[in-house]
Order: sequence, then structure tokens, then C-alpha cells
Amino acid sequence: MTTFDTLHEETAADARRQRQGQRSRAASTLRRVPPGLALSWLILATVFLWAVAPSLFTGYDPLEGVGGAQLKRPTAEHLLGTDALGRDLYARIIHGAVHSLTGAFVAVGLGLIVGTGLGVVAGSVRRRFDDAIMRLVDVFLSIPPLLLSLSIIILLGFGTVNAAIAVGVTSVAGFARLARAEVVRVRRSDYVEAAFGSGGTFVSVLWRHILPNSLTSVLAFASLQFGSAVLQISTLGFLGYGAPPPTPEWGLLIAEGRNYISTAWWLTTAPGVVVVLVVLAANRVSQSFGRAAA
Amino acid sequence: MSAYLLNRVGQALFVLWAAFTISFVLLQAMPGDAILIKFQNPDLGLTAQQVAEIRASYAADSPVFVQYAHTIGKFLTGNFGYSVQAGVPVSSLLAAHLPATLKLATLGFLLASVLAILIAFLSSLTPFASLRGALQSVPSLFISIPTFWLGIMLIQIFSFRLKLVPVINPGPWQELILPVITLAVPISAPLAQVLVRHIDDVMTRPFVGVARAKGANRQWILWRHVAKNALLPTLTIAGVLFGELIAGAVVTETVFGLNGIGGLTERAVGSQDAAVLQAIVVLSALAFVIINLIVDLLFPVLDPRLRTKIGAAA
Repeated sequence: MTTFDTLHEETAADARRQRQGQRSRAASTLRRVPPGLALSWLILATVFLWAVAPSLFTGYDPLEGVGGAQLKRPTAEHLLGTDALGRDLYARIIHGAVHSLTGAFVAVGLGLIVGTGLGVVAGSVRRRFDDAIMRLVDVFLSIPPLLLSLSIIILLGFGTVNAAIAVGVTSVAGFARLARAEVVRVRRSDYVEAAFGSGGTFVSVLWRHILPNSLTSVLAFASLQFGSAVLQISTLGFLGYGAPPPTPEWGLLIAEGRNYISTAWWLTTAPGVVVVLVVLAANRVSQSFGRAAA
Repeated sequence: MSAYLLNRVGQALFVLWAAFTISFVLLQAMPGDAILIKFQNPDLGLTAQQVAEIRASYAADSPVFVQYAHTIGKFLTGNFGYSVQAGVPVSSLLAAHLPATLKLATLGFLLASVLAILIAFLSSLTPFASLRGALQSVPSLFISIPTFWLGIMLIQIFSFRLKLVPVINPGPWQELILPVITLAVPISAPLAQVLVRHIDDVMTRPFVGVARAKGANRQWILWRHVAKNALLPTLTIAGVLFGELIAGAVVTETVFGLNGIGGLTERAVGSQDAAVLQAIVVLSALAFVIINLIVDLLFPVLDPRLRTKIGAAA
């Protein structure tokens, strides 16, 4: 019994020591995170919260203006000033986050699912099907992305979701190319040969070995695409092909502020700075993923 | 070599045909209809029969395959159809708008190259690690700035605050200053990134070590040994840069109200003028294909190492 007790105590002490070790290790990893990366995550988290619960951050209505408070400079009352209808700009930017973020998620999701799917199929099946898919990818890459987006917008019409789809389609070719290269790389490795050799069927090996091992760099690419999707969606919004006017979409906010460029500098400056920060943050985070993958 | 050339040209023609087909499917088979948008307006007072006649004159109701064969035949002879909105042939619209865009794009590209080379070379030459880090993070900042916003900020700062560039009745060159800067910034970013990467890469090669061992300083090595080797690979992103240039032109011309292909594109989308957009898409694909073809064929000419076969292939 005594041996068991001491053993038990020892293991408990071990576990405690281990837990402490883990905690200090976690703390030191946290300390080793570069400040730029931490700031990037903070920015993305904040914008995400804006999209999920905008009312936590502002009491103003993004669509209803306050009479007599038109085109006010930034003050303590209106942090980023007001627009021509007396609407609080800070509130409009916060409520606009949901449009930009869902748009970017739809766009990246579309590229990720369709593009990766095509790339994985091309990389696994090879031969004629592979050739056909990759030729098609070449063709899509030969059309400038913005013109492809605009063609799809003409086809689908204006709107938030349509703009997101238009942006997503332009990233399909990139995802397909990357996923195919990854699958071809993983397929050559010994453990995949071994899995086939030990009787794995094509689908099971694809699912258990090829997909998980080729996904890291695809995910790094996806987070890079997220930043560029935010940028492209704001461009389409600025051109007037995205959400219709009362919507506080960031690109549209800049387009509306353009009419007061000589008198109300804050209307164009603030939403633009937000877009730049979000895109920078997304790119920084993607870079850290890319390093982890390498 | 000639077999390679033939193969490469064949590939280019295939890509071009496929791009035409995709743009046709996207733009001509669309539900939204430019003819109806323009002529169904009750103010025009057209009867349903007259609208039908106009539709017939544009061959809008014939089967898709007939339209496809018809359009591809016309494109091959340089006839891009009629702009429904402007009522003139698309080719004359393009001819009228091309010079402004060519001027903007050429100047923008030149400034972008200068910016990129400055960033890359300075960051390689500077002895201070902090300055080097700052310079190398400039491209990632440039990539993250929305082009349209940059244009607006430049107008705001230089035209309205500092009153350096007039907004009303600017001279022919004055009106290009801010658009060229706006266009150059997003183009310089990928160029600088590629340059920085290749300079770093070439700096680790043995011949650089030999040059350094012989007593060459950093500047000499950069100019005499590294520059040529690092500049060449930037050709591979020429196609990507062309796409950026087109996107930049659409946004820049819209922001600054310039009357070029970009502005034409923006208006064509607004009025669902599919014929105009299709011509622009097909011509851009043509330009992209030609640029890549030239780059592929030029590479062995510029880099003698690619002409000599090494090892078992010799």
C-alpha cells in the first residue's frame, strides 16, 4: 500500500510539476509572439466582435441620422464625426464590419471549397482530367481578376453576396493550382505509397493521408486571400456594385464621403484606415501561418 | 526550337479561344439585358413591337450557338459589335479611350519600377537593420492600401490641403501627377517583393562570396553581380502585373474622372453593356497571352545559361 501511495504521490507531484512546466511554457510562448502579430490578432478579433455584436461598441444607429448634427468634426460625442445626414461615422463603420467580413468569408469559402476540390481531384486523378482542369485554370488566370469579377457582376447583378461571389471566383484558380501542387508533392511521399501498399482504397488514402498533409499551406493561402478579399470587396463597394446605399459597407462609406472631400476629411479617411488595418492584420497572420507550414 | 515555338503559340491560341468562350458564356448568356434597360424606358415611348424590332437588329433573340458563331467570326475580323448604350461600334469606343489609358499605364508602370528598384536596392545596401526592416515592410503596406482610397487621400492632401495640384482645369501633365502615383503604388509592391527576395537569394550564391573574397564592397557586388541576376526573374510576374495594371486603371480612372479604358469599363458595368465589357475582357486576355509568350521566348535570349543544356540532357 505504501509503495502505491508514494507512487501515487510522486505521480501527482510529477503531474503538478508538469502542469506548472506547461503553464510557464505557454506563458513563454505567449511572450515570444512578436508584438506585430499580437496586434494583428487583436485587430481581427475586434473587427470580428464588431460584426457579431455591434451594439456593444456604439449606441448610435448606423442608418438614422440625428437632426442638426450633420458633418460634425470628430469629438468626444461622435468619435469619428458625422456624415451629411447626421449619422455617426464610428457607428456606421462598426455596423459595416458584418458586410465586409461575411463578404470576405463567402469569397474565401467559395475559392477554398471549389478551388481546393478541383486541385485535389486534378492532383489525385492525373492524366487527361488533370490536364483539362489545369488548362481551365490557366484560362482563368489569363483574365485580369477585376475584369472577371465585373463580368460575373454583370451576370449576377449588384449586391453584397453577388460581389462576394464575384471576388471568390477570381481566387478559385489560385487555390486549384496550389492544392494540386501540394497533393502531387504529398502523393510522392513514402507513407502514401505505404498506405496504398497496405491495401488502402483511393478515397480512404486521400481522406486520411493526402488531404490533411496538403492542407497547411492551403490554409495559409486562404488567410492571405481573406485580406485581399476584404480589399476587393471594398473596391466593388466603392464602384457601387456591392450593397445598395443606406448599407454602411466600408467601400461605400468612402464613396459617399468623397462628395465632402474638401470639407469633411474624416468621412473618407476613417473607413479607409480601418480597411488598411484589417488587410495588414490578415496578411501578417497569414505570414505567420505560412512560416508554421514551412 | 521551332517545335517548342509552335507548341507555345498553339497553347496561347487555345487560352485565348477559351477566354473568349468564358466571357461569351458569362456576358452574352446573361439574364440582365442592356437592350431592355435602354429601350424599355417608358419615356422613349417605344411600342413593344418596336423594341422587338430593335432586338432583332441586334440579333438578341437568335439561338445561343448561332450568336456564338456569329460573334467569334466578327471578333476574328476585329469587329467587336455595337455598344448598346453609346450606339457606336465598340472598336471605335476602344480606339477613342485607349490613348489616355496607355499614357497613364506607361507612366504608372515606370514610376512603379523606379519605386520598386529603390526599395529593393536601398534595403539591400543600407547598413542599418532597422532601416532595412522598415524598407522591406513598405511593399506589404502598399499591398494593403485600397487603390481608390489612396487616390482620394492624395486629392485630399495635395489638392485641397496643400493646394499643390489644381483640381479645376489642370494642365495635361498636371492632371496625370496624382493618378500616376495612385496607380504606381499597388504595382510597385509585388515588383519590390520579388526583387527583394531574388536579391537575398542571389547574395547567398558562391560567386558573390568569391567577389567578396576578392575585396569587392557591397555596392560593387550589388551593381555588377547581383542586379542582373535579380532583375531577370521579375519578368515572370509580368502577367500578374498586367492584371494589376488593368484593375488599377479601372479604379484610378474612376476616382480621377479620366476618360480611358478603365472609366469605359466602369460605365459598361453600370449600364450592363456586355459587348463593351466582353471586348475589353478578350483584349486583356490577348495582351496577357502575348506578354507571357514574349517573356517565355525572351528568357533564353536574355539568360544564356538557359540555352546550354547541362548534364544528361547535353
